[in-house]
Amino acid sequence: MIRFKARENVPRWLNYVVPLASVAVAIVVAGIVLAATSHNPFATYKNIVQASLTQPGAFSQTLVTMTPLMFTGLAAAVAFRMRLWNIGGEGQLYMGAVGASGAGLYFHSLPAPLLILVMMAAGVAAGTLWASIPGALRAFFNTNEILTTLMLNYVAANFMYYLIFDSNSYWRDLTSPSARVFPQGKSLPADASWPALQLGSVTIPFGLIIAIGLAVLLWGMIRATRYGFEMRVLADSPAVGKYAGIRTRRKILSLMAISGGIAGFAGASQVGDFSHTLDPRGLEQAGYGYIGIVVAALARYNPVAVVVTSFFIGMLVNAGFALQGPGFPIGLTGTMEGILLFCVLGAEIFTRYRLVFRRQQAISRTPVSPPSPAPAAVGPAAPPGEVS
Amino acid sequence: MTGFNANLGISIIMTAILYGTPLVFAGIGELLTERSGVLNLGVEGMLLIGAVMAFLVSQRMPGPGWLVLLAAVLVAMAASAVMASIHAFVTITLRANQIVSGLSLTIFAGVIGLSSYIAEDNRIGGKAGKHQFADLNVFGLKNLPVIGPILFHQSAMIYLSWLVVIGAVVYLYRTRTGLYLRSVGESPQAADAMGINVTRYRYAHTLLGGALAGAGGAVFTLQIATNWIDGLTAGAGWIAIALVIFSLWRPELLILGAYMFGAFTSVGFDLQARGITSIPSEFWSSLPYLMTVLALVLVSVGSVRRRLGTPAALGIPYMREES
Repeated sequence: MIRFKARENVPRWLNYVVPLASVAVAIVVAGIVLAATSHNPFATYKNIVQASLTQPGAFSQTLVTMTPLMFTGLAAAVAFRMRLWNIGGEGQLYMGAVGASGAGLYFHSLPAPLLILVMMAAGVAAGTLWASIPGALRAFFNTNEILTTLMLNYVAANFMYYLIFDSNSYWRDLTSPSARVFPQGKSLPADASWPALQLGSVTIPFGLIIAIGLAVLLWGMIRATRYGFEMRVLADSPAVGKYAGIRTRRKILSLMAISGGIAGFAGASQVGDFSHTLDPRGLEQAGYGYIGIVVAALARYNPVAVVVTSFFIGMLVNAGFALQGPGFPIGLTGTMEGILLFCVLGAEIFTRYRLVFRRQQAISRTPVSPPSPAPAAVGPAAPPGEVS
Repeated sequence: MTGFNANLGISIIMTAILYGTPLVFAGIGELLTERSGVLNLGVEGMLLIGAVMAFLVSQRMPGPGWLVLLAAVLVAMAASAVMASIHAFVTITLRANQIVSGLSLTIFAGVIGLSSYIAEDNRIGGKAGKHQFADLNVFGLKNLPVIGPILFHQSAMIYLSWLVVIGAVVYLYRTRTGLYLRSVGESPQAADAMGINVTRYRYAHTLLGGALAGAGGAVFTLQIATNWIDGLTAGAGWIAIALVIFSLWRPELLILGAYMFGAFTSVGFDLQARGITSIPSEFWSSLPYLMTVLALVLVSVGSVRRRLGTPAALGIPYMREES
């Protein structure tokens, strides 16, 4: 008979050992899946490490891939931490890219630093506005934000395709004859390219530096500000929050706006750091918004941990791009992400409970345990007791 | 002129039913899962696994068409039930957050996940399908005006989906197990006290939901599309989850909603096939998603509110307290 027994207090080391052990389990499980589908797991893992770390230029490429993932991971993490399920990071990223590329094209005559600032602002604004639609619906009508944010992803993708493929919009390149046959976005002026930091052979995208700063800022916001505190109260117990006079509606609106703005920044960074044009197909195939959910969940919604998880998921995604082919099906990335998620998610119970093995006959508990000392004595919270 | 309009009307209804059928299967499945108190956001992933497995079997299996199709649907249902069992284990036994686990399932099985992995490993992408569900001529009545094509000229999968809806209504409201199921979703404590095995009910209905989503996926590759494209369900799984909400967890309303959304999905194709192209195709592609948002808002604004129909224990892991 195996039972889960609630821990009375959680040893600190468990918070590190359990996730690490579950990642190890995930690697083994994914290896079994690979072997079962006649891929060599060892060769595949070796290829992933080579393609994302050790080959020349691979590390820089991983940094490129992790940049949008850190933004979308942070966007998901702040919202999820507060039990606001914004899974619209994908669409908010698209809108951010639309906004930033539009601003970069329109204000092309501004000096570079100003132009870059305007692009960032436009990307954030577009993402914020897009996220505010489901935010307002949730705040005012209590409409399920999981579904509305997701539905709007498809709408945003269609909008982006419309701008480049199905209209003569401001974003579309109509100058060359070939661009009329094979639609593509206008190229942004050189001044709109964000600067990158060169450290030896490693290139660090500008967006990555901002993302790391943002992670620390958000961590501080959640832990040390009144806003963060009120958010945590609302997340853990909406009723308590209400009686304490916290304005729920305002919190939902502002948090969706923040989350959407961060995802919008991911879109701006895609345009400014890397593509320098609005590229609907590239953005849609990458699916950074959805992968951000993986990054956030693996980080347990902790913004600083997002920095770490976005690096590892960035490695995997980057290897997926580089290795695409018969030995590395496209679907392997998502499959491995899913296995990681299930293992980490499923293992969380071991930090809260411990496994107890005992015989069935234990039902006859005649010798009642000695009366515990006065219940008010100690303990952070009354343990929920034994559950089956 | 009236003939043309009648034909257009019937053809819109026929395509609405066709495109609504995967939503009926997946929606009824999710409805039964949610009635047991488990929210499974992995429907999109389960649809895709069902779709790819059905297509794989139909490509590889020799034998008479009806047998291949039957095997394809059964394999699709089994495969999606296996997917659902992961969600069941993680959320029911390990008590993980149902929202995150469901999202994980969609990522695991979805567009860049296992469904695409299976398709690529077996090289079935872009190949023309070998077996398709054909429309049957039931009792030879397909030429009756209006109701002929709608009622007597559909495929076996569509008739099966009608049986599933009828079965779900009878099951939920007319059987003891259905009553127990509802009590598990409303108050697992009370159900447990009555001697109902909450864990078993939740596992069984999560798996059943998966199997039905698998059947819905099979409709995609064996009737709607005739080949495999990564992510061909295009969010149908999410629309199915939304349908459960605005059908107020009632199967008889869900099928109506499913056909309505089938119509929103197909109306753009219908009009464009008839040369009406003044509205950009992206608008028509967005229509089902926009209408989903609108319907969700209407349900949440309306006097019905969310309480009506929502199983009270939806999304909450059940633990039996022992002192």
